[in-house]
Amino acid sequence: MTAAPTIDPFRTFASSAVPIDIANCDTDQIIPARFLRKGSDDPDYARFLLHDLRFNTDGSETNFVFNEPAYRGAGILVADKNWGCGSSRENAVTALVANGIRAVIAPSVADIHYSNCIQNGVLPVRLSDEECATLRAQLRDGPGAEIAIDLETQTLTGPDQTRYTFEIDPFDKHRLLNGLDDISLTLEHDTTITEFAASYAARHSWAG
Amino acid sequence: MPQTLFEKIWHEHVIVTRDDGNSLLYVDRHLIHDLHFRAFAQLKAAGHSIREPEKLFGVPDHSLPTTAKLLADIPAGEMREAVEVLEQASKEFNFTHFSMTDDRHGIVHVIGPEQGITQPGLLLVCGDSHTSTHGAFGCIALGIGSTEVQHVLATQTLWQRQPKSMRITITGELGFGVTAKDIILAVIREIGTAGGTGYAIEYAGPVIEALSMEGRMTVCNMTIEAGSRCGLIAPDEKTIAYVEGRPYAPKGGEWDKAVTYWQALRSDGDAVFDKEIVIDGRTIAPMVTWGNSPQWALPVTDVVPDPASEPDASVRATMSAAIDYMDIEPGQPLSDIAVDMVFIGSCTNSRIEDLRAAAEVVKGRKAAVRTLVVPGSGLVKKQAEAEGLDQVFIDAGMEWREPGCSMCLAVNGETLGAGQRSASTSNRNFRGRQGVGSRTHLVSPAMAAAAAVTGHFTDVRKFTEDA
Ligand code: SF4
Repeated sequence: MTAAPTIDPFRTFASSAVPIDIANCDTDQIIPARFLRKGSDDPDYARFLLHDLRFNTDGSETNFVFNEPAYRGAGILVADKNWGCGSSRENAVTALVANGIRAVIAPSVADIHYSNCIQNGVLPVRLSDEECATLRAQLRDGPGAEIAIDLETQTLTGPDQTRYTFEIDPFDKHRLLNGLDDISLTLEHDTTITEFAASYAARHSWAG
Repeated sequence: MPQTLFEKIWHEHVIVTRDDGNSLLYVDRHLIHDLHFRAFAQLKAAGHSIREPEKLFGVPDHSLPTTAKLLADIPAGEMREAVEVLEQASKEFNFTHFSMTDDRHGIVHVIGPEQGITQPGLLLVCGDSHTSTHGAFGCIALGIGSTEVQHVLATQTLWQRQPKSMRITITGELGFGVTAKDIILAVIREIGTAGGTGYAIEYAGPVIEALSMEGRMTVCNMTIEAGSRCGLIAPDEKTIAYVEGRPYAPKGGEWDKAVTYWQALRSDGDAVFDKEIVIDGRTIAPMVTWGNSPQWALPVTDVVPDPASEPDASVRATMSAAIDYMDIEPGQPLSDIAVDMVFIGSCTNSRIEDLRAAAEVVKGRKAAVRTLVVPGSGLVKKQAEAEGLDQVFIDAGMEWREPGCSMCLAVNGETLGAGQRSASTSNRNFRGRQGVGSRTHLVSPAMAAAAAVTGHFTDVRKFTEDA
């Protein structure tokens, strides 16, 4: 049995990008906790992304970079160190997806947020500190500039046509390229799991 | 080959390893809370069921107002729905659920150990980053996202790449008035909020060994604030004594077998860690965080740092933004910062020992600011009441509440107002964490109590010496 794609495969992606100059941007910033019980079908979901940075308490827009017209509709974020730290809330990625964001480029991405991205067809790209700073500066200087990503070759082309290469776990790459969800992949090992559970129970009878 | 504690437990749970190094792991225990209430409908829609419901334990915590005793006391809407749907799912799918009317309910990371669900050697997961708490028992405890929650429900397994290993050794001993919370704040300050990314962290050394199980849970709890999703401590006699006799702990002959196995669970003497950190316990003081990241912690005797003296431009910008958001001044003594409210609770610090430490400071004094004391579980609440701690808090004019997450995440209606400042025993001081525009300073329970009775941060050591 071969698993069928259940999320949008990620092969190549090109889009305008928005620079987010916040180091350690935690998932409480990416989506405030008060929205965590909302369903992903909520028509307002796109607004929840970075909500308290984008909106004043009266609902009017702040001057946060995300609100600038040239960056609207950006499908890529270029962030700073330790993007997505803190809470494991996958809603942070749901909010990215609700805004059509398919890739986050950052010097580092927190562990749980990283896997949440992979699970939802969002590509986290880790480039060096300097490379991310360069990209953010280029995006600030040329709002609306595009970045192109090719996952197969693990390359990224910046606004000035500089090419960068990035590393990604082969398994994560395979899942993104094929839009596979883990459950279908795992159930290919169904019999092995059942056998393991039995032998584990025999070895650890107290843990059952 | 010598192995670390983490590696020993890991290898026991590997079902298959792919050529690319990713392993499918078998999950012993899965805990679930109300914020995952949508998981069950999604699971059904995808045509899956729960593979081993007897290994799943559910409890409402995040969405419970701490004034509510019954479902009808929760405001109608998503808050009540979350609690209701979880309970209904437990009946439909036949898993254990501790309802809000059951004394055994409470914060998921408090009740797991309390019920004996958490045990050494297990692989335990929960859709919550503070699952690292359970590692205090010498198990692999991983916080996972909601898609992974569905995956575990459907398959009882989880894909993971083996993390690198780090050991953090706390040498010497702790000074007077210094607690587990101060240790972990000092650790995060030392390695930074991304310092643990990609690592499983084993805590070791005489200071960790001397901690109670409650203290060890506090340390492991905030491992995620250091960027690592998994912290653990080798089980010892204290661990075994804590687990013994708890409702879901092994019994009789199985108990004996378990103990034999647990006693061997430790890193080999010659095990090699990818990274070693050593901190002298004698250098740790009662801590207060001043910024919007748990790594911005300092001894209470210190002053707000000056960004001008920071060489790195990006760090300088972050510091300035935090100082601005927190409405404090470079050079201002931390003890001069006045608070509007105090919160004693959360999965970091809501266990009986935490409440005892707070009560010891509060006893015979009055709260200068509004203070919420929220026990971690119904059983902690009962125990505290049996010891008369509730009365100490009530006599001081504090609010003694029903268990839950409360102001830690502030999704149950309990929040700080915009611009308000708290001393909080929780784990995150992010912007807006306790309500839009809220300002949070993280401290230990004793330090929170000292702030409550004085109205500003106060070195608890002076306090207890005076008494
Ligand atoms: S107490 Fe706070 S950190 Fe702990 S589980 Fe609840 S919301 Fe999360």
